[in-house]
Amino acid sequence: MEDKKLELVDFAVTARKYKTLLTIKYATRKPYKAPDPKEIKSYIPGTIIDIKVKPGAKVKEGQILLILEAMKMMNKVLMPFDGKIKNIHVSKGEKIPKNHLMIELE
Amino acid sequence: MSLKKHILDLRKRREKVQLGGGEKAIEKQMAMGKMTARSRILALLDNESFTEYDLFVEHEARDFGMDKKQLHGDGVIIGTGTIYGAPVCIFAQDFTVAGGSLGLMHARKITKIMDHALKMRVPLIGINDSGGARIQEGVNSLAGYGEIFYRNTIASGVIPQISVILGPCAGGAVYSPALTDFVFVVDQISKMFITGPSVIKTVLGEEISMEELGGARVHAEITGNAHFFAGSEMECFEQIKKLITFIPWNNTQKARAFPPKEPKFKGNIEDIIPADPKQPYDVRDVIKAIVDDSDFFEIQEFFAPNIVIGFGRMNGQTTGFVANQPLVLAGVLDCDSSDKAARFIRYCNAFNIPIITLEDMPGYLPGVDQEHAGVIRHGAKVLYAYSEATVPKITVILRKAYGGGYIAMNSRHLGADFMFAWPMAEIAVMGPEGAANIIFKKEIEEAEDPDAMREEKVQEYIDRFANPYVAAAKGYIDSVIEPSETRHLLLHAIEVSSNKNDQRPYKKHGIPPF
Repeated sequence: MEDKKLELVDFAVTARKYKTLLTIKYATRKPYKAPDPKEIKSYIPGTIIDIKVKPGAKVKEGQILLILEAMKMMNKVLMPFDGKIKNIHVSKGEKIPKNHLMIELE
Repeated sequence: MSLKKHILDLRKRREKVQLGGGEKAIEKQMAMGKMTARSRILALLDNESFTEYDLFVEHEARDFGMDKKQLHGDGVIIGTGTIYGAPVCIFAQDFTVAGGSLGLMHARKITKIMDHALKMRVPLIGINDSGGARIQEGVNSLAGYGEIFYRNTIASGVIPQISVILGPCAGGAVYSPALTDFVFVVDQISKMFITGPSVIKTVLGEEISMEELGGARVHAEITGNAHFFAGSEMECFEQIKKLITFIPWNNTQKARAFPPKEPKFKGNIEDIIPADPKQPYDVRDVIKAIVDDSDFFEIQEFFAPNIVIGFGRMNGQTTGFVANQPLVLAGVLDCDSSDKAARFIRYCNAFNIPIITLEDMPGYLPGVDQEHAGVIRHGAKVLYAYSEATVPKITVILRKAYGGGYIAMNSRHLGADFMFAWPMAEIAVMGPEGAANIIFKKEIEEAEDPDAMREEKVQEYIDRFANPYVAAAKGYIDSVIEPSETRHLLLHAIEVSSNKNDQRPYKKHGIPPF
């Protein structure tokens, strides 16, 4: 179907490397990155309805950071632990995809 | 004279309704490069075999001005016919009538022909070309979908169910094809998705075309929802006809036997395999060297191509093939290839088709993405499907059979009836390099020349384990064979398995790792 690039590459499964082709899905997969607890990312795509905190603010665990509307539901995004807001990367009314960085904590 | 009047009246009524949404709508359909529902059915079925039912069905919706609208056939054609003489039940949604939208009576027609197919134990073919639910009919439309899904599920594994996507198939509608055995798509024509580009744009602001979101290529290559991809509707119908020749009418029968034919392949089958175990080859060449007439009918060719599945005939009898493909990702099992193989194995088992497994694989694919995507859960499906299958199961180990992959690919331990191995087979817990690094870690580390020592130990491991004779000594392999004997021995194995009776304890159903 596609014009397959017939380029054999070295592909290590165990200690042995095999000459083989890659699928597009494999070649374009995202490398793993450990999640940073100081980055608050969207767990669902949606719209930022309200932002309850400002940069520099000290916030207690469980306080509301912002409201993310998704699938007809007003989702409260809560502070995961006591801390300070470093940066806010979204604005009211903004539509964001999944895994979008919304707030950075110090 | 008065009787003739009635007949003429019937003809007039038929003519009018058979035009579907009218000439303008038909022109529009053709302009999109699509055939009409009726011409599709006629192109697919044997000449003059189509018989239509429920031509004069009309909807009963009253709201939103629907009472003033007449929808011919309520947007779907149902009937029976034959393909190469095999009886089939068929429905085709008519996009020219209200966009092929599904209302209550539309759904009733579909469920009627589904009930008929199940009762008569013949294959069901559904041609999907619909804008989705008929919104004016509200929950009645949803009820219609639900009743179709229910029947798809009840009929699953009893009669073959084939879905052909020849237009949009969106929202809830996608779940009927997803529940059926084989889904056919056509380039630029088929579109399948749960939420369309406009919703995605509203919610996310992401722009994507229908084609990129859920076009034929996407489902043939990325999602695995489609089993057959064609460049045109006519090519698609040829694929469906060919598939029908390979499968039985229902789960109590065997597929039709054809006159046996020798493979077209002439030459030495072992010459297909490179001497260096790290070099790839196309395992489909091996299948073609084995099957009748070298005619291998591949399924899901573009999805998870690291495993190859499909039908061929052995002495005229339909046989399912499952083969690792060293040419792609070294032939590893991963989430997608496990799903692909497991579902096919279950299909073969449900419809009394013997399974031949050709094995050459280095193991499961390592990686965080695989582990987090649930390669344990997905990989387990292969074990489940092979263990569960009671049709004749035969394995030929062509080259590598390492670790979990050795167990998973229809090993003796999962109930294989016959286990053959070519003399170059390497059956071990892992590749020699990895194994030597672990077993001889100390010796290698302490050696004056660790690399030389490693090489020596790798060779030692190869000599000791990377062969089929250790497994043969335990009876895990029934026979180490010359590659040239393969077809002959497979034919024999299938022949002696023809009355296989493998009784299992009663259960309502198992709990496979879905």
